[in-house]
Amino acid sequence: MDFLRARTWAEALELKAERPEATPIQGGTDVMVEINLDKGRPAALLDLNPVGELTGWSREGEWIRVGAGVTYARLIDELGEVLPGLAQASRTVGSPQIRNRGTLAGNLGAASPAGDGHPPLLASGGIVEAESVRGTRLIPVAEFYTGVKRNALAPDELIRAVRVPAAAGPQYFSKIGTRNAMVIAVCSFAIALDGSDRPEARRVGTGIGSAAPTPLRAVAAEAFLAGELDWAGGSALDEEVARRFGELVAAAAAPIDDVRGRAAYRSHALAVMARRTLGWAWHDYLRAGRGAR
Amino acid sequence: MRVNVTVNGRRMAADDVWEGESLLYVLRERLGLPGAKNACEQGECGSCTVYLDGTPVCACLVAAGQAEGREVVTVEGLVCGDDPAGEGGLHEVQRAFVAAGAVQCGFCTPGLVVQAHALVERTAGRVPEDAEIREALAGNLCRCTGYEKIIEAVRLAAAQRTTATPSP
Ligand SMILES: Cc1cc2nc3c(=O)[nH]c(=O)nc-3n(C[C@H](O)[C@H](O)[C@H](O)COP(=O)(O)OP(=O)(O)OC[C@H]3O[C@@H](n4cnc5c(N)ncnc54)[C@H](O)[C@@H]3O)c2cc1C
Ligand code: FES
Ligand code: FES
Repeated sequence: MDFLRARTWAEALELKAERPEATPIQGGTDVMVEINLDKGRPAALLDLNPVGELTGWSREGEWIRVGAGVTYARLIDELGEVLPGLAQASRTVGSPQIRNRGTLAGNLGAASPAGDGHPPLLASGGIVEAESVRGTRLIPVAEFYTGVKRNALAPDELIRAVRVPAAAGPQYFSKIGTRNAMVIAVCSFAIALDGSDRPEARRVGTGIGSAAPTPLRAVAAEAFLAGELDWAGGSALDEEVARRFGELVAAAAAPIDDVRGRAAYRSHALAVMARRTLGWAWHDYLRAGRGAR
Repeated sequence: MRVNVTVNGRRMAADDVWEGESLLYVLRERLGLPGAKNACEQGECGSCTVYLDGTPVCACLVAAGQAEGREVVTVEGLVCGDDPAGEGGLHEVQRAFVAAGAVQCGFCTPGLVVQAHALVERTAGRVPEDAEIREALAGNLCRCTGYEKIIEAVRLAAAQRTTATPSP
């Protein structure tokens, strides 16, 4: 095995171009488990820790650009206000020690259907900034997951950053597990309401985790809810609408029976989480004085 | 490969390190620092918790090469005073674990002490709420104590904390 150390982003891209089989390592919270438990032995490790360009985030207009080296701990501390859904999900990852090392880019690199970063990224419409010596590709998160633990990166590409729109309304993340910490999701759900002043821009975002071969959006549920919510009038949530929304979210998933839960349980739990998170989000929307404008 | 790393304030070098090796293995097997424990090697138990550049992490999940040129503090590095080998040299978090009876077999203790140390440093000046303590220690498993005495030890350490305490 080789240990490749990139000191700058340019050097990282060159190393990855020369050695496309090298496994990038950031927090190591997925990579090292595989090596320690002898589940796979990479030909080479490409350490991205020293790459200073990756460790920051910036605001670019309506977008937050989160560098690939930003840990969950920093997402929680520094981005809780602008990216609340992502920060909530980050809070449920592993333990403090895991959140001190683990990154969103690593979550995307691993592309586990159970990764907690995926549902909020799907719900808010995030974009993966993939780069190689050939140039930059902007890949919408919804197109990034190509199969169980597979993603759209080319062998010579690295994730430079994840671009996420600053929240334009309430966002919530919910996750089912046996404990409050150290839990791989039985299933998870994220919602984002975009209560824009422009009616045509009002939007509902969703993300489902651990209930299909890849994380995915509940597209029909989003369209249904966006059409039913009383965005401008601001009336209370119609229970029948919430129930139907939950049903459509559950219908979008394709869960299986496995050690963490049964398919039927996952479908049921998704409907419940969808209904509840919608309730919380709509409550916040009304309280913030949205609607009735 | 060779890995150069500052551990507990001393510059050290480990030779013949395998590229896929963890920082935990280097500390225990190559640098003679068995304080951090190896229990799961998959980040689940926290018994290998050490500071890496001031942040508590699972040493079993840091590739040895990633520690190159960085600063590590292990449980051994928390001792202080002129009698580091005796009980007088123990850090107040360590003393609180002894006083509260928070140690049974002791396997989880080094990781818990480092993680508790980080919490007490962060909340300096106040005693953290139980919920906050539980959250901070959620990544450290103990098979013996049932956690009550450990939480008591953290409360005790936080209460006794004086501003004169040296910190790593
Ligand atoms: C005890 C424990 C608990 C956990 N709990 C959770 C949990 O609750 N929820 C959850 O979602 N995950 C959890 N995980 C999994 C893991 O922590 C996350 O997936 C984390 O986001 C991985 O980030 P990392 O920086 O550590 O990735 P790494 O291990 O460094 O890398 C992960 C993958 O991404 C690739 N990669 C990393 N950086 C890049 C880059 N810049 N460009 C391209 N590819 C890259 C790597 O090659 C590798 O394939 C847990 C892991 C452990 C050990
Ligand atoms: S040995 Fe590192 S967390 Fe268990
Ligand atoms: S004292 Fe034995 S594992 Fe904690």
